[in-house]
Amino acid sequence: MIELKGISKQYGEAFAVSPLDLTIPSGQTTALIGPSGCGKSTLLRIIAGLIPPTSGEVVIDGTAVTPQNALEVRRRIGYVIQDGGLFPHLTAEQNVALMARHIGMPAADIDARISELSELTRFPADGLARYPAELSGGQRQRVSLMRALMLKPSSLLLDEPLGALDPMVRSGLQGDLKEIFKALGQTVVLVTHDMGEAGYLGDKIVLLREGSLVQQGSLEDFQIRPADLFVTQFMTAQRSLVAL
Amino acid sequence: MSPSRAKEGALLAFLLSLLLPALGLAQTHLTVGSKKFTESFVLGEIARGLLQKQGYKVTHKQGMGATLILWGALKGGSIDVYPEYTGTIEQEILKSKDHLSSEQMRAALSKEGIGMTDELGFNNTYTLVMEADKAKALGITKISDLKAHQDLPCGPTIEFLGRKDGWKPLMAKYGIAMQSAKGIEHKLGYTALESGSIAVKDAYSTDADIETKHLTSLKDDLGFFPKYRAVYLYRLGIPAKAVKALNSIAGTIDEPEMIKLNAAAESSKNYVAAANQYFEEHKGVGVKSVEATNVWSELLAQAGQHLILVGVSLALAVLFGIPLGIRAAKPGAVSAVILGATGLIQTVPSLALFAILVPWLGTEPRTAVLALFLYSLLPIVRNTATGLSGIAPSLRESAAALGLDARARLFKVELPLASPTILAGIKVSAVINVGTATIAAFIGAGGLGQSIQTGLALSDKALILRGGIAAAVLALIVQLLFEGVDRLLIPKGLRLPPAP
Repeated sequence: MIELKGISKQYGEAFAVSPLDLTIPSGQTTALIGPSGCGKSTLLRIIAGLIPPTSGEVVIDGTAVTPQNALEVRRRIGYVIQDGGLFPHLTAEQNVALMARHIGMPAADIDARISELSELTRFPADGLARYPAELSGGQRQRVSLMRALMLKPSSLLLDEPLGALDPMVRSGLQGDLKEIFKALGQTVVLVTHDMGEAGYLGDKIVLLREGSLVQQGSLEDFQIRPADLFVTQFMTAQRSLVAL
Repeated sequence: MSPSRAKEGALLAFLLSLLLPALGLAQTHLTVGSKKFTESFVLGEIARGLLQKQGYKVTHKQGMGATLILWGALKGGSIDVYPEYTGTIEQEILKSKDHLSSEQMRAALSKEGIGMTDELGFNNTYTLVMEADKAKALGITKISDLKAHQDLPCGPTIEFLGRKDGWKPLMAKYGIAMQSAKGIEHKLGYTALESGSIAVKDAYSTDADIETKHLTSLKDDLGFFPKYRAVYLYRLGIPAKAVKALNSIAGTIDEPEMIKLNAAAESSKNYVAAANQYFEEHKGVGVKSVEATNVWSELLAQAGQHLILVGVSLALAVLFGIPLGIRAAKPGAVSAVILGATGLIQTVPSLALFAILVPWLGTEPRTAVLALFLYSLLPIVRNTATGLSGIAPSLRESAAALGLDARARLFKVELPLASPTILAGIKVSAVINVGTATIAAFIGAGGLGQSIQTGLALSDKALILRGGIAAAVLALIVQLLFEGVDRLLIPKGLRLPPAP
């Protein structure tokens, strides 16, 4: 379980995230959604310990994240970003195994884990020796997911993982992601701007607007019981996009 | 201090202690030095012939520079012998106000570990010269006659302007204040005399030009100039047999003969031939001929020295420049200072930088190495900083999110990603260094600049071209070499075309 207590992030005078409390349940997928600039990515980076909050604290499975233990916390979190963030100078396999080798995991264990992951993410084993520049966008995201999962993290954070992909690849990977999340049974936090994706992948949806929490609940809650006019407008805008 | 820092330090100490002394030639053979004028070259070749006869392997470092450079090189051991003049020893080297006897000079020199041969014969004193026709028209025959013509433009050589037995004390002694006296290079001064842009300049009394250009030597009627009798100075460490050989020609060269040898050398640009002319006329000395220097082996040796200068300085610049660049990639005042300071060094003209360093480090190859090292820093530091700060934020974030600590992020992600830019910086430094190292010859550090420098001193165009073309070819080779290094060191993934 991840708990955000009074978390805020301020850049100068402006609040990227206004003080908010949020509980992310264990073993479920929570989707953070909202229009551009709503603070969803900032919130995800705070959870990952990549940027310090201006106020409040993040408690992961009962442990508060501090600058001292941030490195340790990051190693127990898997993190995937929009364009994959794969290191271009390393092959797919080297990207996936980088951290494991750094902490001295035995080679045999690394190989076993990689073949396990390549099966889970449906990444072809013969692609492992390729460099990121030699992979397609969808393949790169699968490698990025493998890298995030390599050390069996307790939670997985994804920042618009499908944002840079074309629609066909995107819908294929969406299905795979749903299965992977289900197979893992882990705490997953997913940032997206697409309500369809949030509803499809997320057990719980959290809607943000200008750094504030607007509504949280299931897709059904959003459809039947919108908290205010903004929620209705956001849902309508998303639906018309789908209709097009 | 971390173990790796200690290792770097040890590596550096190793480089400094082993490589730098190795630049000065090892003691298995003897090195003759000479100053930047024809007579010194000829006497250098004669010394080479004398020592070769005794079975030594002898190198002649031609035209290394002025007195202080030769004296520094002799004391530092990078040369073993060079021709010098008693007046210069007295005034410039021993800085004596009084006239010294040969015994007094020997005693003072031996305290510095230097020995002096007997006088070779001729007195090559300083003199002032004018065009013969002009002097005749103005009725000038001696230096004190200049008092009535203080408006004549003068072009003393730069060294003469600054000497204790030079221009200013001379003028003071005669109570003359010439209205215009601008320093000019010796050979150019003769051209200026011919064109009439100057009327008076200093010369050596055995200069071939006095005869060939129809000049009048003004009489030193107040006896200002000390005697400049030619001798060889040598390191006391060289074998007695070598000293004996140098002494064997004492008293054999008089002034007319030296002028003749100088004239022969100047017209042919062949100093070996001039030395052979001497040995031909003095069969008693017992040297048949001086072995001609092989142009290619000389060029190869210079290219070798050149590469060592460039290589050592570049290695040091990489060793220091990359860590500085890593620091400079972080925002803040320290970075501004690092980039500012390395940038500032770059703006110092290379000859000036060499000149600034000489008083501290002497005219040794290490001085050139330090100067080249300082010049190499900026491209390496700047490219390292640029390469690191140019890494995509998403990649930095990914490295941080993986939980890699700062050190692992630097070595496993950031430096490999920045490697193309860093290597480009090293390449720029290397190529610039090959060019700048030609200046090293001006402080006697050798290299291909030696040919350029000598050629300039003697207006020998072929020699200038030889050094210049060789340096350019070397720069091209270095460039190609680094293209290969790129292939070796830049990760394959970064050399692929961008992703589809």
